Amino acid sequence: MDEMTKDQYLIEKNGNKYEVIIGLEVHAQVLSESKLFSTSATIFGSEPNTQVSLVDAAFPGMLPVINEFCVKQAVKTGIGLNAKINKKSIFDRKNYFYADLPQGYQISQYKDPIVGEGSIVLDLPSGHKKIGIERLHLEQDAGKSIHDIDPSSTLVDLNRSGVALMEIVSKPDLRSPEEVNLYIKKLRSIMRYLGTCDGNMQEGSLRADVNVSVRKLGTDKLGTRCEIKNVNSIKFMQMAIEYEANRQAELLEGGKTVDQETRLFDTKKNQTRSMRSKEDAHDYRYFPDPDLLPLEFDDVFIEDIKKEIPELPDQKKMRFIEKFKLTPYEATILVSDLDTSKFFEKVIAKSDVKLSANWITGELFALLNEKNLEINQSPISPENLSKLINLISDGTISGKIAKTIFEIMSKGDKDPNVIVQEKGLKQESDPKALEDLIQKVLSSNEDKVKEYKNGKDKLFGFFVGQVMKESKGKGNPQMINKILKEKLNG
Amino acid sequence: MTIDLKTVKHISKLSRISIDDQKAKKLEKDLNSIFKWIEQLNQLNTDKVEPLTSIAETTLRLRKDQIESKNIREDILKNSPKDNKDYFVVPKVVE
Amino acid sequence: MTNLLDLSLVQLVNRIKSKDISSKEVTVTYVERSKKSKKLNSYIEETFESAFKQSEKFDMKPDFNKKLPGIPFAIKDLFCTKNVKTTASSKMLENFIPTYESTVTQNLWNEGAILLGKLNCDEFAMGSSNETSNFGNVISPIDDNLVPGGSSGGSASALAAKLTPATIGTDTGGSIRQPASFTGTVGLKPTYGSCSRYGIVAFASSLDQAGPMTRDVKDCALLLEVMSSFDPKDSTSINFKRPNYFSDLNKNIKGKKIGIPKEYRVDGMPSEIEKLWENGKEYLKDCGAEIIDISLPHTNYALPTYYIVAPAEASSNLARYDGVKYGFRADGENLIDMYEKTRSQGFGDEVKRRIMIGTYVLSSGYYDAYYLKAQKVRKLIKNDFDDAFNKVDAILTPSTPSSAFKIGDKSNDPVSMYLNDIFTVPVNLAGLPGISIPAGLDKNNYPLGLQIIGKPFDEQGILDIAYSMEEKINFKLDINDWWMK
Ligand SMILES: [Mg+2]
Ligand SMILES: [Zn+2]
Repeated sequence: MDEMTKDQYLIEKNGNKYEVIIGLEVHAQVLSESKLFSTSATIFGSEPNTQVSLVDAAFPGMLPVINEFCVKQAVKTGIGLNAKINKKSIFDRKNYFYADLPQGYQISQYKDPIVGEGSIVLDLPSGHKKIGIERLHLEQDAGKSIHDIDPSSTLVDLNRSGVALMEIVSKPDLRSPEEVNLYIKKLRSIMRYLGTCDGNMQEGSLRADVNVSVRKLGTDKLGTRCEIKNVNSIKFMQMAIEYEANRQAELLEGGKTVDQETRLFDTKKNQTRSMRSKEDAHDYRYFPDPDLLPLEFDDVFIEDIKKEIPELPDQKKMRFIEKFKLTPYEATILVSDLDTSKFFEKVIAKSDVKLSANWITGELFALLNEKNLEINQSPISPENLSKLINLISDGTISGKIAKTIFEIMSKGDKDPNVIVQEKGLKQESDPKALEDLIQKVLSSNEDKVKEYKNGKDKLFGFFVGQVMKESKGKGNPQMINKILKEKLNG
Repeated sequence: MTIDLKTVKHISKLSRISIDDQKAKKLEKDLNSIFKWIEQLNQLNTDKVEPLTSIAETTLRLRKDQIESKNIREDILKNSPKDNKDYFVVPKVVE
Repeated sequence: MTNLLDLSLVQLVNRIKSKDISSKEVTVTYVERSKKSKKLNSYIEETFESAFKQSEKFDMKPDFNKKLPGIPFAIKDLFCTKNVKTTASSKMLENFIPTYESTVTQNLWNEGAILLGKLNCDEFAMGSSNETSNFGNVISPIDDNLVPGGSSGGSASALAAKLTPATIGTDTGGSIRQPASFTGTVGLKPTYGSCSRYGIVAFASSLDQAGPMTRDVKDCALLLEVMSSFDPKDSTSINFKRPNYFSDLNKNIKGKKIGIPKEYRVDGMPSEIEKLWENGKEYLKDCGAEIIDISLPHTNYALPTYYIVAPAEASSNLARYDGVKYGFRADGENLIDMYEKTRSQGFGDEVKRRIMIGTYVLSSGYYDAYYLKAQKVRKLIKNDFDDAFNKVDAILTPSTPSSAFKIGDKSNDPVSMYLNDIFTVPVNLAGLPGISIPAGLDKNNYPLGLQIIGKPFDEQGILDIAYSMEEKINFKLDINDWWMK
């Protein structure tokens, strides 16, 4: 038992261990030109209320008309999640009053969503873990309430009002903040591969409601859950879970109960707090939207979308392992992000696979990390990285020199061949010239040669270093090794 | 089923319509007489009946993903009760 | 020359086309009479000056290919009209000026019609007597203190009093046919999906339909032809081949099978309505139609079903009136307080009552018992009609269970008010076309109407039947202009 629970994420209170049960409701903005039920634009960061149609602002007599592309995007995502696609689904109204909800209801899907059960596979250090998807449905986003411009009022910007969202609901299969991290990243990766959501969390294209409950280790019954609303970064999700799980465990330890409620994560205090008072318990009065008809499509519609599905991360990973003999670890890293995999495939189109994988996951990732850049913002283009790797492969430069050149390339995407030319960094591989250098080093260190021959093997490294120094770092290390060995042992 | 005063107040809260006690009592009376009449529906057995959600017996038409509504901010804000050229303005909301 | 006011819409169109009269003459005549008819309280907003300008513009460059060339129209204030105040008879929208036009009114203007003004109605179309308007009762030109019916009461009153040559209304549970019946005029509710709902202030989305209100059946066919169109902006608008209702209008109904539903013979129905219905059957037989007894077994459940479905949809449709974006706003200490005060002061009692009914039937714990139940019964009612239309081409019923009543007679008893729509509501629940035509007078000389219900999209069929009956009935509305004296 102890062995089994060793890697498990548990909350300990007074020596009692609590398991943490997490389910996510991810809201992913559908990549589309226009909104779900109106023809206004969806561009992020536009001037307030400039992307608002009469429909979005719920003027009297305005009616919703659904965007075909958003429907296809939802179906596509459903296919990417290995989920059941429902050929008939219904749009419902979720009724509540809020300043940024102009209709007084959100058009969503309640009983009959467009996508049913599916799953996502996480790559944990201990192996695979399948996380169940409960459903995916289409709904409208709300507008934005701004509380900090005007001290006496709240301002409302409806630019987001009516933007299409996919709400992807997981089963309560997640057990730790780390699993949540991997889940979000995997989901994001799948949607980016599909081109259905850009997954940009800073811009709010991906947010999640996090459902957290705890239960004493070894018990089966799910505890009362709290929903932490609208968390917009993985870090905050993890912090919120950590805080919330501890809070709930503490309550239970103190003999109290957990109230089922909606909470908010306060990013300044790193705490969750209750969001709505209890007397205001919501009753959303869902009912089918009478302005819309049932959404129905046939198998041909689904088959046509299937034809557009690209190779997805899990398939790509298998291909990388089988075809390129990458380790599962390397493959996982290289496919996790669509842009990374594209970058990698561009590099290996003309270069050695193993070296390319090493350089991308090593030097390039370190560089991007240091500069806090995404791979599509990489200061080194895949073309030039490929050239650099080829210079190593064909012996023109050593790995060490390559690092120097990489450093120069990172400051401006320069062709490594040009750098080698300009700085005279070409590796010395002429056996005659190397022999001369080696002879010079051996002649000026006759005492050491003697010691070596008397059995002090360690000195070999010293000779290599001296020769390298003489060559100003440009000597081909393999050849130096070879010739030195011949001279000393001969 | 009778509707009591507490229920009337709860419905008024959900509807976001404030009512005073006198109005609430009048509504209690009206709603009870209306629902007593409505409840004749319970005489019908509808266990095997599919609910009718839409009278138009077709399916949803899909529109192309095209931007047609341009920036009409002025039109959108023109009728708003509190003047502001960029935003709708409501009393301060504390979350 | 006959009085311009006595010409039907079709006659006016012909006279304008033959250049006998100008659009300006017609417009001036109707404006003058409207100005002298304030007592009826039919208008909420008058656009007389702009109507003059437009009629002059029309006369300068007349286009006689239009179907409504230079004809002035006053219309129900539920249709949004660009740059003209649109209130739905509510304090909530008392200063609301749309920047857009409803599809149905746009269709009118596209055919050359000119806006005279906006007509009073029940607040958000909720009412059967036009007593719920924030702008006061409308009086029927038939008699002092008589309701014109509702919710299109201002439209019916203005039409019967000849303040507009024809008009348009909306019908959710009878709001065109009942006032038409009360005022001796013709009113048609089209099949659900025939006329676009875009730009019409919504009451109950699955029931609302706009339709023509006219002096005779020919006018009705012409106006329906203009109003009905497929509209991509309304997801429930249906793309079917629309006939030329007007030019296809035909009195030959020989061999048509007309159903008489026994369930419409309700308790306490006045004998004069019974008589009216009998006469109707005779007229039809005279025209060569065959009368067949049918059954619509769930008729009695239609009204309770309606009073669940309509308020449920309304409670949600009217949530947008929250004081944030347009319309009335009351001051509040915070957002919720502002909402509650705005909606409490901005809506009238009947609207509030229906919002509360709707909220209740959708609320958790009651949805299945009320809303879902109502949807199931609605299905049964629809099935009744489907079965009936396997046997008959159309159905004949009285339009209302009584003639018009006095103002205040029913306003304190919501259920008795609701019962007035007993014959019209099933038609909305089933999404069918229905027309009310004047068919006689009661002992007080108040008009009574007969309703013809058709198969889905068979507006032509019921228009043809109405057209042939109209000739036999030969109804004359005798109004003595008492309100102008
Ligand atoms: Mg949620
Ligand atoms: Zn959601």
